[in-house]
Amino acid sequence: MNIVVPVKLVPDLVEELEIDDGGTALDTTWLRFILNEVDEHALEQALLLKESLSGTVSVISLDGEGVDDVLFASSAKGVDRLIKLTGVDYGVNVNNHAMARFYATTVRILEPDLVLVGVQAHNDLDGSLGPLLAEYVGMPYVGYVSGIAPINGRCRVRKEYPGGLIAEMDVEMPAVLGVQAAESPPRYVAISRIRQAMKTAAVDEQAAPDLDTTGGPMVDSMFKPETAERATMITGDEDEVAGRIVDLLRELGKA
Amino acid sequence: MMAAPAMEAADAAGFTDSFSLSLEEVEEGRRIRACLQCAACSGICPFGYLMDFPPHKMISAMRAGMFEKVMGVDSLWLCVSCYACAQICPAQIPLTNGLMTRAKEEMLLTGSIPAELQEALENSQRYGNALGEPPRRRADWAMDIEPAVPILSKIKRPVEVLWFVGDYASYHPRGRQASQALARVLNRLDVDYGILGPEENSDGDSQRLAGETGLFEMLAEKNARAFGKYEFEEILTTDPHAFNALKNEYPALGISYPVAHYSQFLAGRLDRLQPLLTREIPARVAFHDPCYLGRANGIYEDPRRLLTAVPGVELVEMLHTRETSICCGGGGGGMWLDGFRWEKAHFRLSEIRVQEAIDVRADILAVTCPYEMPRFEDATKTVTGAKHLVVKDIAELLVDSLIEQG
Repeated sequence: MNIVVPVKLVPDLVEELEIDDGGTALDTTWLRFILNEVDEHALEQALLLKESLSGTVSVISLDGEGVDDVLFASSAKGVDRLIKLTGVDYGVNVNNHAMARFYATTVRILEPDLVLVGVQAHNDLDGSLGPLLAEYVGMPYVGYVSGIAPINGRCRVRKEYPGGLIAEMDVEMPAVLGVQAAESPPRYVAISRIRQAMKTAAVDEQAAPDLDTTGGPMVDSMFKPETAERATMITGDEDEVAGRIVDLLRELGKA
Repeated sequence: MMAAPAMEAADAAGFTDSFSLSLEEVEEGRRIRACLQCAACSGICPFGYLMDFPPHKMISAMRAGMFEKVMGVDSLWLCVSCYACAQICPAQIPLTNGLMTRAKEEMLLTGSIPAELQEALENSQRYGNALGEPPRRRADWAMDIEPAVPILSKIKRPVEVLWFVGDYASYHPRGRQASQALARVLNRLDVDYGILGPEENSDGDSQRLAGETGLFEMLAEKNARAFGKYEFEEILTTDPHAFNALKNEYPALGISYPVAHYSQFLAGRLDRLQPLLTREIPARVAFHDPCYLGRANGIYEDPRRLLTAVPGVELVEMLHTRETSICCGGGGGGMWLDGFRWEKAHFRLSEIRVQEAIDVRADILAVTCPYEMPRFEDATKTVTGAKHLVVKDIAELLVDSLIEQG
């Protein structure tokens, strides 16, 4: 079972976000990039499959600050191959269409059985990465997956639907799966192991193809949420308050 | 000794032998061979009776070549690294720094750790603080202090004292109040000090004692780079854990500066501080000796000297005091294992201390470690008859006594 995990680094929301002077994008001066949270699950699921079925796991990332840390941590967890696409950075305005095109080129060469991606990211403006990538590499896609069991060249996946419904479905391999949750929480890897990986693991640096962002949206303006009208506190004794609420419900019900 | 023949089975697994050898690399680690199996360590351990393998049984399992059994259970995470075992051991085995910490490290290397601890360690790695707070806001606690708390990257001049504030004293709401109090005391004494602000990282000592040696080294190196940028004569710490790290652990990494806990620092300036303490605080005050000021570093008098310098304070001693003080429960990663510990124990160590404070009819429980305030304040809400007990950092009590001078 050969698995490829194309990852996405996203702005860390622990630090306050700022809009740049152009008013159409985030100011990257203070931005810290971290691995998308559900990508941690995609990676964990890949490692669990490798451990139960043998095979290899490859991680692909674009370039940028924090990428080497993510790659070495992946290696320390058991990832076999680290691929970094150089010449394109998460800090610049790469949309998911462009990212999917970059990853499609590498995925075609690697010919994996499965491609596992995080099902979504908080900065997906043009759809999530998985379906776009599946389209470009001509593979089926199932998203919101929380369980994967390969059976006779196919893959039985558990897909979560809203409202507490879960479906089990078989997917032809190779396939792209958007992982919602791994079957066990992402593992901890000790810093000493990561530091060891920094010394021993090799990062395969490949030049990224030309940037092609077609298909994505044009951002006209980006701004922080504006304060809505403040709530009005209804004061008075119980009867007054209850009466006012009844009046309000009547008024709002008509509109 | 009898250890050798039984090792063979475990050696096949490649574990017990290498582990026991690694214990001897710790300072005085060879003493582990002199274990008498007297079980004093397990008796004094505040959680010993709940552990499948308390310290003396860990050693006997190791001698029997069965250490993998110790690694097969999770009760090691009950250890609060409080030094009670190491202090009572008649063979003077470095149980806390050696056996317990090394065993946690082995657990951690296998990836087998409680989820809440994992989050704190990942936060420490990513943000330089275990709470997962934004590094850029590390000095926000100081914003309203007048005169302003100097941040070294802004003032660009040498200072006498680098104040290493620490995680909980920078971010935790109660810790921040105590930091504000300490800043006011330092200002009143005209101390020439500065803080690192966003350049400061967690001291890493509790992460080390939770078994994350690599993370400890990484954090120490980051702090060393920040120290190296500025000129100062000594380091002052709010947190006894930071004091312990800087005094006893950083030097082995080539990071060596004179360091004082703030209680030592202020006690050394009592001749100037005492005349300023004019407002009376008529209260019975019990002092909780923090593990890493007391047992680990032998500092018992300085905090008491500060407390008795406050007019009106009547210092009372709890049942467990000085060397026998009981951990607040926050050490050795305990700050990040509350859920796990509650599941195992169904009580909190902080509740024992709050009960002891009530037993001696204390009005105030004085503390001098940022882990303790939230832990003891929580316990005053659950221990019967503890609602009146006020938990205060020594720096807060000093400011209360200073306050009328404005």
